[in-house]
Amino acid sequence: MSTPLLQVKNLSTSFNVDSGEVRAVNGISFNLDKGKVLGIVGESGSGKSVTAYSIMRILVEPGKITGGQILFNGQDIVQFSKKQMREFRGKRISIIFQDPMTSLNPVYTIGNQLRECILLHTDRNREQANARALEMLQLVGVNEPEKRLKQYPHELSGGMRQRVMIAMALACEPDILIADEPTTALDVTIQAQILELMQELQKKLGMAIIMITHDLGVIADMCDEIIVMYAGRVCERGTADEIFYNPRHEYTKGLLRSIPRLDTNHARLIPIAGSPVDLTNMPKGCAFASRCDQCMKICLESLPEELQINDSHIASCWMNVKQVYMEAEKEGAV
Amino acid sequence: MLKYTVKRILLAIVTILIISAITFFAMNAIPGGPFSKEKAPDPAVQAVLEARYNLDKPVGQQFILYMQNLLHGDFGVSLKTGREIATVISEKFAVSARLGGMAAGFAIIVGLVLGSIAALCRNHWPDRLIIFLTTLFVSVPSFILATMLLLIFALQLKWVGVFSTSNPNYVLPVISLMLYPMSYITRLTKSSMLDVLGQDYIRTARAKGVRESLIIFKHALRNALIPVITYVGPMIAGILTGSMVIETVFTIGGLGTEFVHSINNQDYPMIMATTIFLAVLMVVATLVSDLIYKLVDPKINFD
Repeated sequence: MSTPLLQVKNLSTSFNVDSGEVRAVNGISFNLDKGKVLGIVGESGSGKSVTAYSIMRILVEPGKITGGQILFNGQDIVQFSKKQMREFRGKRISIIFQDPMTSLNPVYTIGNQLRECILLHTDRNREQANARALEMLQLVGVNEPEKRLKQYPHELSGGMRQRVMIAMALACEPDILIADEPTTALDVTIQAQILELMQELQKKLGMAIIMITHDLGVIADMCDEIIVMYAGRVCERGTADEIFYNPRHEYTKGLLRSIPRLDTNHARLIPIAGSPVDLTNMPKGCAFASRCDQCMKICLESLPEELQINDSHIASCWMNVKQVYMEAEKEGAV
Repeated sequence: MLKYTVKRILLAIVTILIISAITFFAMNAIPGGPFSKEKAPDPAVQAVLEARYNLDKPVGQQFILYMQNLLHGDFGVSLKTGREIATVISEKFAVSARLGGMAAGFAIIVGLVLGSIAALCRNHWPDRLIIFLTTLFVSVPSFILATMLLLIFALQLKWVGVFSTSNPNYVLPVISLMLYPMSYITRLTKSSMLDVLGQDYIRTARAKGVRESLIIFKHALRNALIPVITYVGPMIAGILTGSMVIETVFTIGGLGTEFVHSINNQDYPMIMATTIFLAVLMVVATLVSDLIYKLVDPKINFD
């Protein structure tokens, strides 16, 4: 197997605030191959967005990468200089954000903002950049693209603005597109359109996508691989099928129970009780233990190790270890 | 845009008419008159003088007469000096506008730069120093600042000359006049800049790979300017018409001093002329700053 396009190794990111160190990301690792779609799922505060910002290195003060490596084609981005990083952002990896209403600068035209990144990262002159901007708007399905170039963000709807954001992110043909909850702020019909568009563009342009969401339903049929995050750690990683049909972490199971489904007769959704852990004061055991129905003594005392379930499926839950023991016991090995 | 401008100009004319009327009746309501001061002339002379300037007529009629003259471009003559008021105002305004223009220009430029620096170095020493100084300049009254500057730089250190008509050295008057608006603009720019720097579109620009200096000057500053413009428009009008305090400290004969003197003397035509002039300037400055808004913020739609 060749080296993956992006390898995140043991990445940790913290925010030093008055009340202590908020450890938003606690040593997460994953790989992303060329042209694949990776989903990162978790509830608010689980460190999804911070992971994305760490990869782009656009964390704002007091956020800081405290450890680990982010290898892009084997080069460690964490060690990049400011200048290297500027040339890297927008060209090799792009990002689109949650709220398209506020992500575009209100005082510049769409054309100006689209051209800006094209002029920054390519040798095109102004006219060529304009042509490219027009081409991108057509590609993302914006109607009347010539007119849009001259318009300001407030003259466009939310869905339209998110299309513009996508056009901007893809204008320089990046290898990876990070989509940080790209549909959360949009209404449902527009959500579907944007997801469809992203899938279509992914097929056409072949970039890899990191799709961040708190909604498992959104990424069910889009992702090659899914990572479930909780309290800044990966609790489960696997293919979409494995995560949906064979979840091996209690948190993943909880998430799945809380999505509305049409194919079963669940009368009620089952929410996950309790609230996320305090990231300044992490428990020494499993971070999810206090909210877990299956919590055991060991869960409170030590961190569960990653258990390889098969080649692609990994989960960090003591329940799996227990199961292995019980199976071994049955066979009389222990 | 044109329709809006015309509408605003018409409204401005109404505003100025109202201001004129209020001033006219208020000033007539003050006991005494221009010819009834300590050195009161002979009652017969006073009666002639009052008849000469229509002061013997009912106030309402006086107002109509005054407005009629005004519409013909006639401001009248000063009751104290007998000089043409139009000449006096243009003369004095030239001095005040020169001083005020320089002060306003420097206040805006220095204020924007210091404000941006303070925002970028938030909680570090440049920010603390700037905020300390601007707080000082905003809170200490201008006559104390002006006197201190004069004492230290002109009399003790002798770095700059004292202002006089033969040697019009504008350094100290300009500095004294600009400190307050400059400090205000600095603080306004800082808070507005901090607000803008936390916006999502700044993160977008950063994610695009835009250089930090361009993020500040292209993406942030233009957005941060919007609240500053609100303050700057009327500030310029105020500063151009002169500050009585600064003009008195530096013995500069400007419009500010003239305005205060005219009230003390109950020099009716002079009070009216200076007030109307100030009102027109204020209205124009507000209109211009509203039009500049449109240039800076495309979201503003006048129609």
